[in-house]
Amino acid sequence: MTADATPALVEDKQQTAAGPRVRKGSAYPRYLAGKVAGAAVSLLAVLVTSFFLFRLIPGDPVKTMTGGRQVSAEQLAAYREEFGLDLPLWRQFTDYCGKALTGDFGTSYQFRAPVVDKITEALPNTLLLTGTAFVLYTVLGIFLGTRSAWRRGGLGDRFNTGLALTLYSIPSFWLGLLLIIVLSVGIGPLPGMFPTGGMESGGEEGFAYVLDVAHHLVLPVVTLVAVEYGQTLLVTRSALLDEMGSDYLTTARAKGLRDDLVRRRHAVPNALLPTVTLIFINLGRTVAGVILVETVFSWPGLGGLFYQALSVPDLPLVQGLFFVFAAAVILMNTLADLVYPLLDPRVAR
Amino acid sequence: MTTTTGTAPSPRALARQRRRASVARFWRQYRSERAGLYGLTALSLCALLALFAPLVVGSDVSSVTDAPGRPMQSPSAGFPLGTDQFGRDLLGLVIWGSRVSLLVGLLAAVLSVAIGTLIGVTAGHFKGWYATVMMRITDWFLVMPTLVLAIALATVMSRSLTTTVVAIGVTTWPTTARLVRAQTLAVETRPYIERAKALGGGHWHIMSRHVLPNVMPLVLAQTTLIISSAILAEATLAFLGLGDPTVVSWGGLLQDAREAGAVSAGDWWYLVPPGIAIAVVALAFTLCGRAVESVLNPRLGVSR
Repeated sequence: MTADATPALVEDKQQTAAGPRVRKGSAYPRYLAGKVAGAAVSLLAVLVTSFFLFRLIPGDPVKTMTGGRQVSAEQLAAYREEFGLDLPLWRQFTDYCGKALTGDFGTSYQFRAPVVDKITEALPNTLLLTGTAFVLYTVLGIFLGTRSAWRRGGLGDRFNTGLALTLYSIPSFWLGLLLIIVLSVGIGPLPGMFPTGGMESGGEEGFAYVLDVAHHLVLPVVTLVAVEYGQTLLVTRSALLDEMGSDYLTTARAKGLRDDLVRRRHAVPNALLPTVTLIFINLGRTVAGVILVETVFSWPGLGGLFYQALSVPDLPLVQGLFFVFAAAVILMNTLADLVYPLLDPRVAR
Repeated sequence: MTTTTGTAPSPRALARQRRRASVARFWRQYRSERAGLYGLTALSLCALLALFAPLVVGSDVSSVTDAPGRPMQSPSAGFPLGTDQFGRDLLGLVIWGSRVSLLVGLLAAVLSVAIGTLIGVTAGHFKGWYATVMMRITDWFLVMPTLVLAIALATVMSRSLTTTVVAIGVTTWPTTARLVRAQTLAVETRPYIERAKALGGGHWHIMSRHVLPNVMPLVLAQTTLIISSAILAEATLAFLGLGDPTVVSWGGLLQDAREAGAVSAGDWWYLVPPGIAIAVVALAFTLCGRAVESVLNPRLGVSR
């Protein structure tokens, strides 16, 4: 990958393409600036939405907070002041935006702690879970997708695509619940092998702690991988199928290269280009999937926190998490946009 | 509106004939897709079951007060799928739940595709600032995590079926909008659109009489695919406790099961049927959608 070769190639492309989009100078910095600016605008839009969306709620947030207990009028007023609910809407809005830009999302109703603290507390746990699952389902998806495409129409291909489509139709939370029943609680003679939830048993230290967390990690990761790998498989498969008719593969074969060499050295690297975009977008999508899986397995991450916040509803926390989830997806999409032209210079027009 | 002189056979009859022929051709090609046929069969059975559910199980199946069995019975001759924590018959509940799950899935998908088609066709037809604004909005919705947005919407609105339909509908339309816009742009370059314009056809006439019929096959395939994700989304919202608590749906049953402690007690019969029902219906719609797509894809939308 030579980054310095990119602008030259793009330049060349621009001269041949006579369109309104022709620009002077190297394309990538402009492209980069455009994408980053777009992402910034999207983030601002998310911020504004998160404020107004959660003001739609009928009823008084303070009443929700006190949970129907008998509270004196003075206390209600004190709560209002504490959470800034006594201010006019536009003041609340400017306060919210100003504070959010400095990373302050207010105070959680139910935990009485800053939203940011709750989020930073849960973030590493979510990263551990999604990171592990992400690596596994990407590798598995690409591997099976490649094999499927290479032997298209065969028994293996039909089994792989069929299974991927089926798992894609299964609600992730249901799969998680079943895994808990079968492998944690145990059915009939089958003993429970894995913990039913949480991230650690407590009391372990050092290497034993790592093993313990890994033990707790198995079922949630399996659930996430099962529901997510299918998408990668199907996209890799169709990208490779598109590539397989190409002349350069015929040339490679005509040179007398072995079949698996043609596949590994020529077809797969080219076919993986579209998959790169998908990989990043998937990473963002997993964020939504993780809400359910963490809820089912009581994993102490952002998703589990979101569920706790929804049931109250703890508006500042829901708001903050909504922003984090949306920001993660926007960030991933932007990263995909930024990486892609480095891999395929034709993209940055 | 252009007027036509009546000769035999009338243009209207001709159009009808042509439409019937293309439907017949579509069906011939669809029949050769085996997976699509499986999907269609499964769907027909589910639809029949949902339609005749009041006759099959009776509408008092969800009543807590006159539940026929003891709580949490495992499957037996009397209750083929066992009973729930109130002693209600689970087989009956699963059949009854199909009504809400299918209805919400269908309505949400129709809402989603309707919004997407409206925005896609208008953005493709009126270029300029309108299209720019619309596509900006579409792109923004596209980068938002759909489920998170739907959850947020369902949180701030009151719990009802309408809420679920709206929350799913207004968060899933952008892909349709982009597809439809691309197709509209392709259709609008064709010479007969120019002819229609030259003959004085207005925007409405062109969009409804020329663009829309050409985009419809694509819209149909898209609807089928979106129903599948809408059913999953409904189940998810119900499972998170954001659905209408007064109706029986598959996702709601799963939430009931979890709240009643069926998971830790190992009462698998409570969990398996609703999940399988969701998976079968979602898979069936996906298979149908893919079959429709592969029939149309060779020359997507270029029907003539």
